[in-house]
Amino acid sequence: MTTATDPYHALVNREYSEGFVTDIESETLPPGLDEDVIRVISAKKKEPEFLLNWRLEAFRHWQTMREPRWASVHHAPIDYQALSYYSAPKSDADRPKSLDEVDPELLRTYEKLGIPLREQEMLAGVIGGNVAVDAVFDSVSVATTFKKTLAEKGIIFGSFSEAVQTHPELIEQYLGSVVPVGDNFFAALNSAVFSDGSFCYVPKGVRCPMELSTYFRINQANTGQFERTLLIADEGSYVSYLEGCTAPQRDENQLHAAVVELVALADAEIKYSTVQNWYPGDAEGKGGIYNFVTKRGDCRGDRAKISWTQVETGSAITWKYPSCVLRGNDSIGEFYSVALTNNAQQADTGTKMIHLGRNTSSTIISKGISAGKGHNAYRGLVKVGKGAEGARNYTQCDSLLIGDKCSAHTFPYIEVQNPSASVEHEATTSKISDDQLFYCMQRGLDAEDAVSMIVNGFCKEVFRELPMEFAVEAQKLLGISLEGSVG
Amino acid sequence: MLEIRNLCVETDGKPILKGINLSVKAGEVHAIMGPNGSGKSTLAHVLSGRDGYEVTAGEVLYQGVDLLDRAPEERARDGVFLAFQYPVEIPGVSNVYLLKAALNAVRKQRGEEELDAMDFMAYVREKLKLVEMDESFLSRAVNQGFSGGEKKRNEILQMAVLEPRLAILDETDSGLDIDALRIVAGGVNSLRTPERSMILVTHYQRLLDYIVPDHVHVLANGQIVRSGGRELALELEEKGYSWINQAGAAGGEARP
Ligand SMILES: Nc1ncnc2c1ncn2[C@@H]1O[C@H](COP(=O)(O)OP(=O)(O)O)[C@@H](O)[C@H]1O
Ligand SMILES: [Mg+2]
Repeated sequence: MTTATDPYHALVNREYSEGFVTDIESETLPPGLDEDVIRVISAKKKEPEFLLNWRLEAFRHWQTMREPRWASVHHAPIDYQALSYYSAPKSDADRPKSLDEVDPELLRTYEKLGIPLREQEMLAGVIGGNVAVDAVFDSVSVATTFKKTLAEKGIIFGSFSEAVQTHPELIEQYLGSVVPVGDNFFAALNSAVFSDGSFCYVPKGVRCPMELSTYFRINQANTGQFERTLLIADEGSYVSYLEGCTAPQRDENQLHAAVVELVALADAEIKYSTVQNWYPGDAEGKGGIYNFVTKRGDCRGDRAKISWTQVETGSAITWKYPSCVLRGNDSIGEFYSVALTNNAQQADTGTKMIHLGRNTSSTIISKGISAGKGHNAYRGLVKVGKGAEGARNYTQCDSLLIGDKCSAHTFPYIEVQNPSASVEHEATTSKISDDQLFYCMQRGLDAEDAVSMIVNGFCKEVFRELPMEFAVEAQKLLGISLEGSVG
Repeated sequence: MLEIRNLCVETDGKPILKGINLSVKAGEVHAIMGPNGSGKSTLAHVLSGRDGYEVTAGEVLYQGVDLLDRAPEERARDGVFLAFQYPVEIPGVSNVYLLKAALNAVRKQRGEEELDAMDFMAYVREKLKLVEMDESFLSRAVNQGFSGGEKKRNEILQMAVLEPRLAILDETDSGLDIDALRIVAGGVNSLRTPERSMILVTHYQRLLDYIVPDHVHVLANGQIVRSGGRELALELEEKGYSWINQAGAAGGEARP
C-alpha cells in the first residue's frame, strides 16, 4: 500500500524546494496549513491514496467552516496558520534540561501522585537520553507481551499509523463512519491533519482479556495535538479501554483537537474510560491547553452497548461531548462524567444520546464541580427519532460549587419525535456546607482533605464505573486539583 | 484537663456566653443542663473551634495550654471530640471512609502508625459492638438516611473509635427512644476511664439516670447559675427551668 507514496514525495519536493526538504528531514513543518502540507503529512506516513483523499476532503470542508461559537467558553482567537501541523517530538532546544527547570508546581503534583522520578522526567519532557530510551524500552517490552496475548485472540491493537499499514481495509471501512469529515470544525481539522493515535479491533465473540491501558499510557505521551482513535468491537465482543494518564502533562501545543470513533456491532460492548488531566495553566489560566475533542460511539448493531466514563480535571478550556448513536434495537448508551474546574478553567462538556433503534436506552450521570473562578457547563442532547419506539433516557446532572466566584450551568436539550419515549431529567446544585466541613474537621481532617473527601463522595456514582486502579488515581487527582480552593 | 475562665462569647454582635467558669479534671463527667437557647451548644462549638463565634473575654486551657487559638482539626487530633447535636449528612462518603481517615489523622498526631484496611476493620468491629451497630452501617454514606437514633449512635461509634481525652456530647439523648437511649448510654459508660473527661450537654435529666455525672451545672442566660452534684439534676427535674430562669434573672450567681 505504499506505492502511492512516491509521487507525493516528488510533489512535496517540488512544492517546497526552498529549505522544506531539510525541514522534512528534521521532522517539523513550518507553520501554516494548505493542501500541500496535508500531502506532506500523508506522504511522510506512507499512507494509501484513499486516506490522502479523505484528508483532503476534510480539509476542503474545514475551509468552509467556522469555529463553533455556542460553547459556553471564552478564549483568544486561535491563529490556525501559525501552528505547525507536523512535528516530531519537541526539539531538545525547547525542552527543559533537567527537572530543575520544570515548573515546581507541576513537580509537587507529581510527588503527591507518587510518580517515580524517571517517569516525572518523561512526563515533564526533560531531555535525557537515558530516561527517554528506558521509557521506550519499557514500553516496547510491555507492548510485546501485550501484543502476544492480544494476537492470540485475534485482537488488533496498536498505533493508528501502524494499522494504516497493516490493516488498511479496516481503516477504509470504518474511519469517518462515526464522525464524518465535515462533522464539526475541530473534527474536520483533525481529519485533515491528524498525526497519530490508537487503533483497536476486537473480532467476533472475543472478550478482550485485559484493560487496554498501560500500553497506551506509555505510547500516548507524544502522539501530538491531533490524535485519532478508532475502536471497533465486532459482534458479541467486549473491550474496556482506558485513555489518558493521570499525571498532568506539560505540552507546548496549546490546541488539542482529538477525534475518537467507536463502533459496536451487534451484542458488542465497549467501555471507554478517560482521565483527562492536561495542564490547566497557572492560576490565571495562562499556558493552559485548549482541549476540543469529538468523541462518538455508534451502537451499530442490535443490543450493542457503549459506555463513556470521563473524569476531566485538566485543560484551560475543555470542549467535549462524548456521544452515542443508538442505532441498533435494544442498544444501550451510557455517559458518566466528572468535570472539575478550578481557578480560571472553563469546561463545556456533556453528551448526546441519539436514539434511533427500538427500545434503546441511555443513562447520563454528570457531576460538575466548580471551584475558584471555574466555569462549568453541562450541555446535553437527548434525541429520540421517529422510529425509536419505547426509547428511554434517564439524565441526572448535579453541580457542586465551592466558594462563591465560580459558576455552573446546565443546558439540557431534549428532542423527542416518538410519543412512546420516556425521558427523565433531574438536576441539582449544591454547595459544600460549612456544617459538613466543620464536621469533618472536628474529626481531625484538615480543610483540604475534608473538601476532597466530600467532593469524592459527590462523584461516587461516576467513580464506581471506573476500573479500580483508575478510580483510586482519579480520587487523588481531584484532591490535588482542588488544592487551595478553600480556607 | 479543661479550665474555662470567664469565657465570654458573642455571635453577630449578640452576647451569648457571659463569663463561664468551669473546671473539668481527668476522668470526671460533668453535665451541663439548661433551657433551650441558654448557650449550651455555643459552648460546645467554641470549645471545638467552630467558626462564627467571637470570644470577647476569658480563656480556655486544655491540658494546660491555650485551646482557643488552635484550628479545629488540631484540637480534634489532640483529643477533643464533639458529638454533634445535629450530625450532618455527607452524601457518597462511606462511614468507614470517614472513620478511617479520622482515626489515622488522630493516630498520626499521637505518633502512632496509620492502620491499614485489615487492622482497621478488626478494630472497628469491636467498637461497633459497643453501640450495637451492624457492620452494614460502615458502608452507608455518613448519616445519610439514618434515623435520629442511628445518627446519635454513629456519633458514639466515632467517639469509641477516636478515643478522645475530652468528649463533649451535645444533646446526645435528644430524639432517642428508651431502647436507643439505653444503647447510647451503655456505649458512653463503657468509654468512661480515669483518663477521659466528658461534658454531657443535655436538656433533660433523663440521660443522667443512665450516665451518672460527677458534677451538674445549670446554664441560663449564658452563665452557670448553679453547680452541684447529681441531686441538682433531680431538683431541676422537679422544679423545672422556670425556677432557674427566675434565679438567673434575679442575678443568681454561679456557685461552683
Ligand atoms: N449562628 C448564630 N447566629 C445568631 N445567633 C445564634 C447563633 N447560634 C446560636 N445563636 C443564639 O445563641 C443562643 C444560644 O444558642 P445555643 O447555644 O444553640 O443554645 P442551646 O444549645 O442551649 O439551646 C440562642 O439565643 C441562639 O438563638
Ligand atoms: Mg443546643
